[in-house]
Amino acid sequence: MSAAFVQEPSTEELPARRPLDQDWRKLLSYGLLLALVMVFVALTNMPVNLDRRMLIEPIFSMGYLSLFWLPAVFGLVVCREPVLAGMPSYAKGSREVLAGSLVGLIGGAGLSMLTFLLDNFNLREPLVNWSPQLLELLSFRQDTAFGIAIWLPIGLVLGTFGGLAHLFSATTRRVLSWAFVSVITFAVFETVILDLSEGFAWLGAEWVVDELYFIRGGLTMHGAAVLAVAGGLFAAFGRDRAHRAKESFQALEGTSRTRANAIGLLVVAAALVILPLFLGGITNELLANVGLFVLLALGLNIVVGLAGILDLGYVAFFAIGGYTAGILTTTNRGESWPDWMPQFYWGTALVFVVILAALAGLFIGAPVIRMRGDYLAIVTLGFGEIIRLLFLSDWLGGYTGAAQGVTNIGGVQVFGLATVKGTDPRAVFYLVLFFCAIAIYVSWRLERSRLGRAWMAIREDESVAEAMGINTVNAKLMAFVVGAVLASFSGAILAAKVGSVFPNSFIILVSIVILVVVIVGGMGNIAGVIVGSVVLIGILGGPRQPGLLQEFSEYKLLIYGVLLIWMMLKRPEGLVPNVRRTRELHQDEYLQDAWLRGEIDTDSEHTDDSHSNGNTGVLPA
Amino acid sequence: MPPPVTAENSKLNRRLGVDTFLTFMRVVMSTFVILGLLMFIGQQINPDNFVASRINSDATGLTAAQFEGLVISGLSQGAMYGLIALGYSMVYGVLGFINFAHGEVFMVGAMTGMITSNKLDESGAWESNFLLSLLFVLVIAIICSTLTAIIMERVAYRPLRGSPRLIPLITSIGVSFFIQNVSVVLLGPGAKSYPTLPDWLSKKRELFGFVTIEGTRLMVLVVAAISMVALWYLVERTKIGKAMRAVAEDKEIASLMGINVNRTIVTTFAVGGAMAGVAGILWGLLFRSVVHTTGFLPGIKAFSAAVVGGIGNMGGAMAGGITLGSAESVAPLILLEPWGIDGVSQLKDAVAFLVLIFVLLVKPTGLFGERLSTEDRA
Repeated sequence: MSAAFVQEPSTEELPARRPLDQDWRKLLSYGLLLALVMVFVALTNMPVNLDRRMLIEPIFSMGYLSLFWLPAVFGLVVCREPVLAGMPSYAKGSREVLAGSLVGLIGGAGLSMLTFLLDNFNLREPLVNWSPQLLELLSFRQDTAFGIAIWLPIGLVLGTFGGLAHLFSATTRRVLSWAFVSVITFAVFETVILDLSEGFAWLGAEWVVDELYFIRGGLTMHGAAVLAVAGGLFAAFGRDRAHRAKESFQALEGTSRTRANAIGLLVVAAALVILPLFLGGITNELLANVGLFVLLALGLNIVVGLAGILDLGYVAFFAIGGYTAGILTTTNRGESWPDWMPQFYWGTALVFVVILAALAGLFIGAPVIRMRGDYLAIVTLGFGEIIRLLFLSDWLGGYTGAAQGVTNIGGVQVFGLATVKGTDPRAVFYLVLFFCAIAIYVSWRLERSRLGRAWMAIREDESVAEAMGINTVNAKLMAFVVGAVLASFSGAILAAKVGSVFPNSFIILVSIVILVVVIVGGMGNIAGVIVGSVVLIGILGGPRQPGLLQEFSEYKLLIYGVLLIWMMLKRPEGLVPNVRRTRELHQDEYLQDAWLRGEIDTDSEHTDDSHSNGNTGVLPA
Repeated sequence: MPPPVTAENSKLNRRLGVDTFLTFMRVVMSTFVILGLLMFIGQQINPDNFVASRINSDATGLTAAQFEGLVISGLSQGAMYGLIALGYSMVYGVLGFINFAHGEVFMVGAMTGMITSNKLDESGAWESNFLLSLLFVLVIAIICSTLTAIIMERVAYRPLRGSPRLIPLITSIGVSFFIQNVSVVLLGPGAKSYPTLPDWLSKKRELFGFVTIEGTRLMVLVVAAISMVALWYLVERTKIGKAMRAVAEDKEIASLMGINVNRTIVTTFAVGGAMAGVAGILWGLLFRSVVHTTGFLPGIKAFSAAVVGGIGNMGGAMAGGITLGSAESVAPLILLEPWGIDGVSQLKDAVAFLVLIFVLLVKPTGLFGERLSTEDRA
C-alpha cells in the first residue's frame, strides 16, 4: 500500500515470467472464492430481481451485470502485486492472462455446478430466496444442459479479459473504464435525466433523451454506443485538461484561492437553488431524502469524524427532534398533555426542538463521556434503544402515542406565505437545503475553530490533548450537543415532511446506516460526507427511503455491510478523504515512505531495525 | 487580572460539572432502585398500603409461583447470555476490542440448528431418536458457528491488528450487519421455527420438591453449567488456556516465550464461537423460533453482561449473564411496577441497558473486577 504515497515510479522492470510460473495456491483460492461469491449472488436471487432493470435494451440487464463483473474483477486482481518504489517488478505478460482465465474458469464452473444442483435437487427448503426464474436466467432461457455448459466459457472469457487488462497501457485502460462507467452512469441515472429533460423541454432536451433511452427503460443500442465513445474520448483527451485545471486551482494561493473557492461555492449553490425548479416530484423527493441524511451525517461527522467518539445511539436525537416537533405542531395530540398547551408553529417548535436535543445530548453524553471508546459505543447504542422503547411504551403512550406514533402533524409555515408539506417535494427540498446550508456552515466554521482543533486533538490522542490543557470533557460534551442539534433538525423536518412519526422510523439500523454514510464518504470531511449521502442514500436508498436503484432495496443493507468492511480494510479514510485523518490512519506507511526516501534517520536515536515500526523516527517539519 | 492558581482552583483539581451531574445520577438511580424495592416489599405485605394506593393503585403483589417463574426464566435466559458473553469477554481480553459480530455467530448457530433439526424432522429421525439427533444438531451448529468466528477473524480482524482502536470496532459492526443480511437474502426475512420437542423434555417437572421448572429450561441451565466447567478446564488447566492467558496479558512477551500468537487468537475466537453455537441451539430449543435479528439484541445484552461481570473475567461473564438475565426478567415487576408504570414488560430491554449504565456508573470495572492487560485498560 505504501506505493500509493510515493510518487516516483519504480525504476527497474524485470522480464515477464513464464505462463506456468504461477502462484498456484493463490490462483486456486481466488478461483474458489470467485465461485463462492458467484453462487452466493445467484442464490440471493439478485440476478432475477435486477433483471427487470435494463441497462442497454434489449441485450444487457443489470441482472446479468451482477454476475458478469465478478470474473472480470477477480481475473484482474489475482495477479495484482504491490509495486514498491525503488524495487524491481516483473513485466506483465501471458502469465497474467492465463491466471485470469483460470480463475474465471473456476468461477464459471461454480455457476455450472449450481445450475446442475438447482435442476436436480430441491434447494428451496432452507434457501427460500431464489425463485424458479433463476434457473431460466442461468441457462439463458435454453435447456439446462446449455446453461451448465455455457458458464464455463463465459467465466473463461471474462476472466481472460480481466487478465488482459494487465497488458493494456494506462491510456487504454482509462479509455475503456471511462467508456464503461459513462454508459453505466447514464443507465443508472435514467430517472433523474428523464426528469430533468422534462424541465428543459424548451431546449429540445426531450429529443436527445428519446434517442438515448428506450421507452420502457434502459439505454438504446446507439445511445449506449454514443455514450461509450464520448466517455472514451473524454478519457483520452479531455481528462488531461481537467487535471491541469485542477492542478492550477490547487496552485492558487491566498486571496485568489479564496476567490476561486467562493466562485465555485456560488456556482454550486446557484445550481442547487435553480435546478429543482426544473425537476419533477420523484427527483425532488429523492433530493430531499438525501438532504435529510446529509444533515444527519454532518452531525454524526462532528461526533465521529472530528471528535472521534463512536456514537451508535445517534438515532436517539433524530427521534427526539421528530417527536418534539411532531407533538408540538400536531392537531391530534396525545390525551395526557394538558389542554392549555397551544399548538405551535413549526418555527416556534424548532426552538424547543433545539433546546430539548441539546439537553438530551448533555444527558446522554455526560454518563458516557469518561468511558472507553468501545464501551461508549455500546452504551450510546443502549440509550438509542431506550429512547425508542420509551416512545413505544404504553407508559408514555399518552404523550407519544405509543405504537401509533404522532399523526396529523402540520407543515412548515413560511412567514404566512406558504406551507411546506410532504405533498410538495420541491418545497421540502428547499427547506432541507436551507438547513443543510446552516449545517455545512456550522461544521465548516467549527472545524477551524478552537473547539474543532480540540476535537481533532482528542481524536488523535486523548491523554496528550488533556496534557495540552484541553478540557476534554467539555469538548466532547460539546460534540455531543452539536451533533444532537443537527440530528434534531433532520428529525423535525422529517416530521413535517411525512406528517407523522412512528417509533419504528428510529430503529438502531438508522444509526448504523448514517455511520456507513459518514465512513464511506470520508470521516471528518464535509465534502466527503455529502458525497457519501448522495452516493449511498441517493442511489441505493436509506433504511426506509427508496433510492434510484429501487431493485436493490432487498440488498442495500447487505451492500452497506460489505461496504463498511471493505472501506475499513482498504480505505479507512473514505472516498473523499480528509488529509489529516488520512495521515493518522496511515501513519506507519507515511513514516515508512519517509524513511525510504531518507527523510527520517532512525539510526541516530538508537539502532532499531524493527520492520515497519517507524514510530521512533520523527518527520522533519 | 486572573486569580492566582491555588490547589483549590487549579484545573487539575477542579471538580467539573459533569462529575457533579454523575454523582447526582448515581444517587437518583440508587434511590429509585431502593425506593422501588421498598415499595415492592410494602405491596407484598399489603397491596393496599397507603403508599401503593397513592402511586400504584392497582397493585396486587406477586404470588410465590409467579415470582419463581420469573426467576427461573431469568436464570435460563441469563445462562444463555452468559454463554455468549464468554466469547465477548475472551476476545476483549485477548484483542482489546468488542467483537460486535459475536451476536451474529450466535445467530448462525441458531440458524444452522433450525435447518438441521428441520431436515432431521423431515426424515423422521427427530422423533424416533431424539437424543442422537439433538447431539448431531449441536455438533453441526458448533462447527458452523466456530467456522464463522474463525473466518471472521481471518478476513476482517487480522488485517486490522494494531490499527486505531475504533477501526476494528466499526469493522465488526459491518461484519454483524453483513452476516445478518446474508441470512436475510439467503433464508428470507421471516421467522423460522424449530420442530416440536418431545413431551418428556418440555413438560414441567418438580425439582427437590419445591421448584417447578420446565424441562427445556432445566436443560439450558445444565448445558450452560457443563460448558462453563469445560471452558474453565480449558482456560485454567490446559496448555492452550495458558497460552490464551499469556496472550491476553502481553502479546509481544507471549510471542517471545514461543507462543504462536496468531494461532492462540484464532483458538480464542473458535472457543468463543463454539460457546455461542451452544447458546444458539439452546435459544432455538427454548423459544423455538429464530429470525435474522435473533443475534443482535441478545448479543449486545451479552456484551453488557460481560461488562457487568467484569470484562476479561470468565466467571464474571457467566455471573454477569445470570445477573443481567434475572434483572431483566424480575426488575420490571419488582422495581418499576411499584412506581405505577404501565406495561412494564415492554421495558424489559430498556432495563437491561439501564443495568449496564448503572453498573458502569457505579463500578466501571464490573461486579467481579476486570482482567485486562494495561494497554487495553487505557
